[in-house]
Amino acid sequence: MAMTDGNRSYSVRKMIKENKKKQNGQQFIEWLMPKLLLLTATISVLTTIGILFTLLFETFIFFERVSIVEFLTSKEWLPWDEKTGSFGIAPLVTGTLLTTAIAMLVAIPIGLASAIYLSEYASEKARKVLKPILEVLAGIPTIVYGFFALTFVTPLLQKVIPNLGIFNALSPGIVMGIMIIPMVASLSEDAMSSVPNSIREGALGLGSTKLEVALKVVLPAATSGIVASFMLAISRAVGETMIVAVAGGSSPVLTFDVTKSIQTLTAYIVQVTTGDAGYGTTVYYSIYAVGMTLFVFTLAMNLLAQYISRRFREEY
Amino acid sequence: MEKLIDKQRVVQYMDGRLLRNNVLKFLFFLATLFGLIVLVVLLYRIFTQAIGWLNVDFLNNFPSRRPENAGIKAGLVGSLWLMVIVAPVSLILGVGTAIYLEEYAKKSRFTDFIQTNISNLAGVPSIVFGLLGLTIFVRELNLGRSILAAGLTMSLLVLPVIVVAAQEAIRAVPNQLREASYGMGATKWQTIYRIVLPAAIPGILTGSILALSRAIGETAPLVVLGIPTFLAYLPQGILDTFTVMPMQIYNWTSRPQADFQNVAAAGIVVLLVVLIFMNSIAIFIRNKFQKRY
Repeated sequence: MAMTDGNRSYSVRKMIKENKKKQNGQQFIEWLMPKLLLLTATISVLTTIGILFTLLFETFIFFERVSIVEFLTSKEWLPWDEKTGSFGIAPLVTGTLLTTAIAMLVAIPIGLASAIYLSEYASEKARKVLKPILEVLAGIPTIVYGFFALTFVTPLLQKVIPNLGIFNALSPGIVMGIMIIPMVASLSEDAMSSVPNSIREGALGLGSTKLEVALKVVLPAATSGIVASFMLAISRAVGETMIVAVAGGSSPVLTFDVTKSIQTLTAYIVQVTTGDAGYGTTVYYSIYAVGMTLFVFTLAMNLLAQYISRRFREEY
Repeated sequence: MEKLIDKQRVVQYMDGRLLRNNVLKFLFFLATLFGLIVLVVLLYRIFTQAIGWLNVDFLNNFPSRRPENAGIKAGLVGSLWLMVIVAPVSLILGVGTAIYLEEYAKKSRFTDFIQTNISNLAGVPSIVFGLLGLTIFVRELNLGRSILAAGLTMSLLVLPVIVVAAQEAIRAVPNQLREASYGMGATKWQTIYRIVLPAAIPGILTGSILALSRAIGETAPLVVLGIPTFLAYLPQGILDTFTVMPMQIYNWTSRPQADFQNVAAAGIVVLLVVLIFMNSIAIFIRNKFQKRY
């Protein structure tokens, strides 16, 4: 059976055929797309595997040359001399912990206070203005903070503490803390905002002041989220690189003196990779062992944060 | 008759509580302002240092040993080249992952695993991504210190951020739209491609531009890859060596001459202008195109 329409002729059979062809193409796409998308999703898993394997593999080579006992127990990090060198991770770890502790002393009180203000006191209008400004602080590149620490905060601190070195742990620690304030503030505020209003109203109805509501009712109820935000902040500070590389110095010494030049795990990796430590030298492999230490530290902190926020969450 | 309530004591007690409330409220407010004050000081400081150094020559010159001749051209062009790789790669991988997780994946152990993995990747320090890039892209795949190697490293770094942003955008598309599309006889992929993605694109773009601006400001992974800072030519293709603005700023900051500090400040101003530009595009897209369902 054929219909004619001017010069062109259609047959139903032909139309069915064409339609089927089209449907086959459609079906192929329907079959193909989920697989392609799954492939993209596995990239993130492959990234993790890649990170784990590169770190493990190269660290393994490092430990063939340097004993793991020396790495963990020696108190000296003198990687540059092949003969008399010593690879004890302790000075780098204390350097990192020192700057992290200073950063936390700045970020936790100020961040938490901001969170309380934003969540309990600020009007809707004030919150809408203040929050984005805090977020700008978080969006500034870390190299800018490094520059700020070295050229502004250190000279400023030197006026108060005359024996403060050009490179020291104090200045990058403080600046790192300032950088982390928005993170603590916004995560803690999220935790506090999720405490239901009925609880606040109950406490206010019993005659509490806003302060008492904030400190005795909301804060305890939001503890898990707040503590998790501290953990993430610590992890961020441990992994922070450019601020400490620019303003912290490069002297791996085992000290808790904040006025002295120190070196963190991250700053050591920067020092080696900007210098000319040849591929295949022990120094080259040492950056992977240091990177592994860093990775384990931050991963532990992140997992702890996830555990705390899941395990101790108050459900309403 | 003996009074049951000592009014004076109650008033005194209440005054104390109210005073504490007001004092601490003020302190909390100061803490919130602290961030703002630091931001103002930082910007003021950098702009005053940069003034006099920031001119057309600075944008047009290559790095130089003499501070007055130093310019950021190589870094500015290099940062744009970096985006040529990072933008498509991270967007395709990130949005693809998000579509898979939100539209196709069934709730299974494997899906949970991918999700947990992404949130953990977001917490890995950027310098560790540099070590990954150094081993896999620069050495194993032999890409050298090229735009491609750096771009792929940066793509992996921002991938978790883009995935999370895209997931949120896709989740915000209401189910009625999908059901209406199925009801008209559309297949799953047709629904995703023609209904869900167009509705989610403003949200995806906003999150992605913010992630890309993070990649522009990031320094640490590129230091580890060994990206040079002193380049007197522009890259011609993605396999050429290059430098970026943050690396250039890092180099100037660590030089002892005082004048280079001013050059670094000028470089920071250029970097911040680029970031502000990108962020305003993101905000513009969010305000203009984002629909609320």
